[in-house]
Amino acid sequence: MPTVSMTVNGKSVSGEVEGRTLLVQFLREQLRLTGTHVGCDTSQCGACVVHMNGDSVKSCTTLAIQADGADVTTIEGLADGDTLHPMQEAFRDNHGLQCGFCTPGMVMSAVDLLQKNPKPSEHEIREWLEGNICRCTGYHNIVKSIQQAAGA
Amino acid sequence: MYSFEYHKPGSVADAVSALKSADDGKLMAGGQTLIPTLKQRLAQPSDLIDLGGVSDMKGITVDGDGVKIGAMTTHAAVAGSSEVASAIPALAALADGIGDPQVRNRGTIGGSIANNDPAADYPAACIALNATIHTDRRSVSAGDFFTGMFETALEEDEVITAVSFPKPSAASYQKFPNPASRYALVGVMVAKTADGVRVAVTGAGEDGVFRAEGIESALSGSFTPDAAAGASVSPDGLNADIHASAEYRAHLISVMAKRAVAACG
Amino acid sequence: MPDTAGGPSGIGASVKRVEDFRFLTGNGNYTDDIDRPGQTYAYILRSPHAHAKIASLDTSAAKAASGVVAVFTGEDMQVGSLPCGWQVHSKDGTPMAEPEHPPLAKGKVRHVGDQVAVVIADSYAEAKDAAEKIEVSYEELPAVVDMASALASGAQKVHDDLENNLCYDWEIGDVAQADEAFAKAAHVTKIDIVNNRLIPNAMEPRAAVGEFDRSTGEYTLYTTSQNPHVIRLLMGAFVLQIPEHKLRVVAPDVGGGFGSKIYHYAEEAIVTWASAKVGRPIKWTAERSESFMTDAHGRDHVTHAELAMDADGKFLAFKIDTQANMGAYLSTFAPCVPTYLYATLLAGVYTTPVIYCNVRAIFTNTVPVDAYRGAGRPEATYLIERIVDRAARETGIGQTEIRRRNFIPSDAFPYQTPVALQYDSGDYEATLSAAMAEAKVDGFAARKAEAAARGKHRGLGFSTYLEACGIAPSAVVGSLGARAGLYESAEVRVHPTGSVTIFTGAHSHGQGHETTFAQLVADRLGLPMENIEISHGDTNKVQFGMGTYGSRSLAVGGEAIVKATDKIIAKAKKIAAHVLEASADDIEFKDGNFTVAGTDKSMAFGEVALTAYVPHNFPHEELEPGLDETAFYDPANFTYPGGCHICEVEIDPDTGIVEVVGMTAVDDVGRVINPMIVEGQIHGGLAQGIGQALLETCVYDENGQLVTGSYMDYTMPRADNLPSFSVGTESTLCAHNSLGVKGCGEVGAIGSPPAVINAVVDALWDLGVRDMSMPATPETVWKAIQDAAPAAAAE
Repeated sequence: MPTVSMTVNGKSVSGEVEGRTLLVQFLREQLRLTGTHVGCDTSQCGACVVHMNGDSVKSCTTLAIQADGADVTTIEGLADGDTLHPMQEAFRDNHGLQCGFCTPGMVMSAVDLLQKNPKPSEHEIREWLEGNICRCTGYHNIVKSIQQAAGA
Repeated sequence: MYSFEYHKPGSVADAVSALKSADDGKLMAGGQTLIPTLKQRLAQPSDLIDLGGVSDMKGITVDGDGVKIGAMTTHAAVAGSSEVASAIPALAALADGIGDPQVRNRGTIGGSIANNDPAADYPAACIALNATIHTDRRSVSAGDFFTGMFETALEEDEVITAVSFPKPSAASYQKFPNPASRYALVGVMVAKTADGVRVAVTGAGEDGVFRAEGIESALSGSFTPDAAAGASVSPDGLNADIHASAEYRAHLISVMAKRAVAACG
Repeated sequence: MPDTAGGPSGIGASVKRVEDFRFLTGNGNYTDDIDRPGQTYAYILRSPHAHAKIASLDTSAAKAASGVVAVFTGEDMQVGSLPCGWQVHSKDGTPMAEPEHPPLAKGKVRHVGDQVAVVIADSYAEAKDAAEKIEVSYEELPAVVDMASALASGAQKVHDDLENNLCYDWEIGDVAQADEAFAKAAHVTKIDIVNNRLIPNAMEPRAAVGEFDRSTGEYTLYTTSQNPHVIRLLMGAFVLQIPEHKLRVVAPDVGGGFGSKIYHYAEEAIVTWASAKVGRPIKWTAERSESFMTDAHGRDHVTHAELAMDADGKFLAFKIDTQANMGAYLSTFAPCVPTYLYATLLAGVYTTPVIYCNVRAIFTNTVPVDAYRGAGRPEATYLIERIVDRAARETGIGQTEIRRRNFIPSDAFPYQTPVALQYDSGDYEATLSAAMAEAKVDGFAARKAEAAARGKHRGLGFSTYLEACGIAPSAVVGSLGARAGLYESAEVRVHPTGSVTIFTGAHSHGQGHETTFAQLVADRLGLPMENIEISHGDTNKVQFGMGTYGSRSLAVGGEAIVKATDKIIAKAKKIAAHVLEASADDIEFKDGNFTVAGTDKSMAFGEVALTAYVPHNFPHEELEPGLDETAFYDPANFTYPGGCHICEVEIDPDTGIVEVVGMTAVDDVGRVINPMIVEGQIHGGLAQGIGQALLETCVYDENGQLVTGSYMDYTMPRADNLPSFSVGTESTLCAHNSLGVKGCGEVGAIGSPPAVINAVVDALWDLGVRDMSMPATPETVWKAIQDAAPAAAAE
């Protein structure tokens, strides 16, 4: 079986994978980073979103072997110890999460949005979240959270 | 997913030879359609040839005549390119509306065109702008390239390397997304090109992308939203499913064409 | 939202959630995150047919495949039927038809997705690879998909041993009385309503890990459940015959439920049973496509209703005939949804004196249907608020006026309806007025004109509604057919140093109990929240519980906590009295201190706790050591939240797209413990209600194939489908619980769908559109406009 090596949350890791092993499986099953979730099988729900080389991607639609040599950040890599990332803090302040299942992907997607568009309008936030489905919040407080993180 | 042998060639030539030597090889570009297909076990390639390592298939070049986009250029790169936005703004806007941000960060123009999903956006741009598809061995005009639903003129071991879009004098792409999948239920690209007005429709046709000749001739006479809306569109040959009847799709083609013409200014 | 960090944490404060840190940092612990040593993986082979006989089933090649540990079929798994927890009797007194529901099919499959065999292997991929080697020969049978054809004479039977496809034929009210009232009516409004079938789609797919400990004989099931004790009872007693003390059920962090994770599902029994057979833990996790075809669906009613009015528009009588789809088998609580949760709500907020409702529940070759957020109450509310809207238009009385003329007045409580329920409190005029102010109804005409100038049609829709929740009173539900009591339990365990663990039988899967319950106890015991831990979801920790659904957690579970906390205070007073050498009657408890009345002799809560566990000089015949109390709370009545939802839409006639431009909800949820959490619950409910009204529907084709089997075809509400909401509360207090709480989990999903559809009808009324079905998709709306155009022109 091929071996992959990558940097995950600042640490070098490697492991043996099958060609068909998904990045999300590698993260969850081999690295036991279970914060990244799987909520669908058609690449739409976004519970699996991580950053790869700085961009948000769906780790359920990326082979682990495609991430060979990449720099990957998961939800576990966002906070600095007990100090939450401003986006995490904003979600907490604004009740931007309920059951927490979509939350890791939602937060990682939102962080990428502000990287690319630091002052998004409400419309732009809602459009950006096309690839992240939440069943609990009605998105109202997610949008507010992102607005707070953007300093709006 | 069934198991397969994974290959990551560093050049187009190596990709072609890997494809030739595989029993039932499959090229992977961004993988945003292929990986879900494999996950659902709808395909069982013996070998998967990942084009992600072929660096000379990426990139955008713009000159006075138009835009040339490497096959492995992501939708996000096209959407975010200020050069594309100034040369063919409709093309940047189209790329910005494909899938969702994460799909755009991985999905590529070459993958989209090679797959020729009947609801994909890029085929409409290729047809309307009269693009040329470059492969490892030839250049094919878009009109000859798309041959039916999920069908193209590509030979089994042929690799798309780039797509050239001549610059139109005006163009707009208007999409009515499927409310569930967000693919195009109907997408219409209207372009004023050197060869006249071209109108390409994706999402609606039973055989994939097609030219709406009735609207083209109406617009050739009078390039106005009303002319677009006034051209009759037949539901014959259009898709019908739980999301839209053929009649509704036909109506939406008119509406999207009208809006595209209005957006052309 | 006020920032309350470091601020007050008692009742009424928007305390930030205790649970959020772990969820935001990826440290949640969901069922699929759990790996047990030596774990294997299960893949379940499912029926591709809606209805077929299994002529032959050969698993030998699969058993021989790489990595495979075992393969089991229905023949191997000789266990009890998956039980139904509620028995309804037909109007002729006969009990409902109750077919067998084997965890793995025996001889016949009855819906696409029915379990045929389970493959257990070292990896999930190997299990799935091997399942393709199972050879099944099906003899396809005609599928009955829609309810009308299921009831037709000579219809194919879903269950051969039943007489037909009718589960029960039930009624409430007196039909003769209703007919009498209709004979006197000045006006009768009629309506035909389909309440569209929905697929719940909690974002966490169901999962289960079964484990058997040979040394103790104890089974453990980790599962995505809203009620682990109920699963232990149903699976242990009825399916696998495992006594409670040998069966532990753990529902860890659960990623949303909305009803779909109440029920006992086959996969839970399969992994638990098989874990002992193979001697290794077994994990099963649904792929989303499996969720679509196996999670219990919701709604799916077809109704004809008639409303009789006098000349002033006062409702005289309401007659309803409803068909309710049960699917292929009876899910755990399915029979009660269209009866006791639906028909008993048909008075709504109105004084309608006579109501008659007939409900026929019907088997079809589709996934079982059960409670989904609101359960029966959204169906009732949608029916009432649609027919009231229609009646207002037919009589010209006006939307708000017809409602006001028929409201139960705020001084009429307790109010006995003609359909069994007795409402305890409410003020429907107050919520209507507040919502109208919030939604700026006064300015609507100007907004409509402005939209018209842009070629858009604006509409405004109302829904004034109530619901019955806090699903409980055991005596009531028992008389109505529940095979369980519906109370809740709590244990308050005070530790020697004064920290407190609360064990609750309620289960949190997004509701924020760890915060709200801690606020409640902090307030009651005068302790900082960080000294209080809420424990739930593990049958080996929590004494007993009925779980979380029907907006019951605070109204029932919270009251149990209050009751146990009061017992703690009573016991602590005795301890303080002993130490302070006073009578317990003279001890006052305030702000965490026990004081002898009128003196400065006082003990802090922590000191009492320590004394309880260091009882050096206790009079043991009068005072036991320790400070740990359990309470069970069985309420006197349901609670009755309600309110007013107002929706404003703008419709693009070119495409038929309906944009929700305003969604206002003013709800009476009783006392609010944490406003931030309550608002969040309402937001989520509104999104699901708007989803039902505009986007979501489950479609089966005529062969029983699920057409909407993935997010490619089932439209989930996304951020860009929804507006920001305007949400407020206007509360009266529940009259029969100490907290005055009513419940907030379902109001959004119950009140909003008719407001949305009424708004669509309002927008298009002038074009000649008279009705609108759910979901009001672009094509549905566009077609309604096209179809109405000739009629409108003729007028």
